[in-house]
Amino acid sequence: MERIKISVLSGKGGTGKTTVSVNLAKTLKESFYVDCDVEEPNGYLFLNPKIEYEKDVNVLIPEIDYDKCTLCGECVKACRFGAMTKLIKKILVFDHLCHSCGACYEICPYNAIREVPKKIGTIRKGKVDALDFIDGRLNYGEATGVPILREINKMVKDVAKPVIVDSPPGTSCSVVHSIEGSDFCMLVTEPTPYGLHDLDLAVQLVKEMKMPMGIVINKAGERDELIEEYSQKEGIRVLAKIPFKRELAQAYSTGKLLIEVDEEIKNIFERLAKDVLGLIEK
Amino acid sequence: MKVAVSSQGKTLESHVDTRFGRAQFFIIVDDETMDYKVVDNLAVAQSSGAGTKAAQTLLDEGIEALISSNVGPNAMEVFKAAEIPVYKAVDKDVKTNIELFKKGELEKITEPTNKGHHHHW
Repeated sequence: MERIKISVLSGKGGTGKTTVSVNLAKTLKESFYVDCDVEEPNGYLFLNPKIEYEKDVNVLIPEIDYDKCTLCGECVKACRFGAMTKLIKKILVFDHLCHSCGACYEICPYNAIREVPKKIGTIRKGKVDALDFIDGRLNYGEATGVPILREINKMVKDVAKPVIVDSPPGTSCSVVHSIEGSDFCMLVTEPTPYGLHDLDLAVQLVKEMKMPMGIVINKAGERDELIEEYSQKEGIRVLAKIPFKRELAQAYSTGKLLIEVDEEIKNIFERLAKDVLGLIEK
Repeated sequence: MKVAVSSQGKTLESHVDTRFGRAQFFIIVDDETMDYKVVDNLAVAQSSGAGTKAAQTLLDEGIEALISSNVGPNAMEVFKAAEIPVYKAVDKDVKTNIELFKKGELEKITEPTNKGHHHHW
């Protein structure tokens, strides 16, 4: 069987990516939940997986060998990220600005730069019932989570179960790397002007990446027509509406899965799972 | 002494730019003769690391002091390491700031004034 990858993204933060991802993963029962929101992974709070192992993610950063360095400054000029500065007697390296592109190392005419590993975060792998679990966590202050996402992508490349990717918010490189190669993108939004604005950014991104998509309206109720008019105009299906209820917010805040506390929500997710798998098969 | 001032314009009458890394220009003034040189801040368009790039430009110009306002942690580290003192600009033109600097009336900054504007890639 070909691997199936369903990515959940949103543009705007706080619309309910994790809510949709964990409930969907759990509804599918046999699935692989992947938390790619490496700056703030929180899916584990709802799934409570048993962690089987944890590994470090390292990147390479430059280290100057002053026996060879002539302070010519070529490395500083080559760095597009402002991660190196030349002083009178030394080169200052700003690890947390470095994107590990290797340009300084390649350009140095005196082979005075070594690339040394530096830990930027961790990946955890675990299980809960028939559900596999992975999450990545970027250390505070690091420039980019992309190296962690690359590593995660390798780990889920050939799994047989449907992979549910809980993407980071926004439309940055991290999102691109999280959702790359998806069979379907689920765009979670809320019926507010901000929700709509950022939904459009996410739609443009997914269009650019040429992947099929559908919309899930979370906290639905008062102004759903905001999103519905947009989806009609763009020709994107609204797959599901998750109603706004106080009890659901309460359940969420105590780390409960919505499908386990509310029958209506359980039905919504069962339909959603069936619809999406059906859309992918076509 | 060569003193750099972050500036919105290209003359001594220009208003200071309260930003450092993303200041439009730097005016490098000889505080004795009041001769000056205008440097375009190419780091303005930098999506990250603007502070360190701008600092490098000024180091290459051989400045001995900086007058600016919002100097972030990375740029501050560069100036500390290069032993270049940083002074807090008053919200007026470049010339006034140089005059206050000469009288020793500008406040010295030793800690970054903001936490940087980290951009998510």
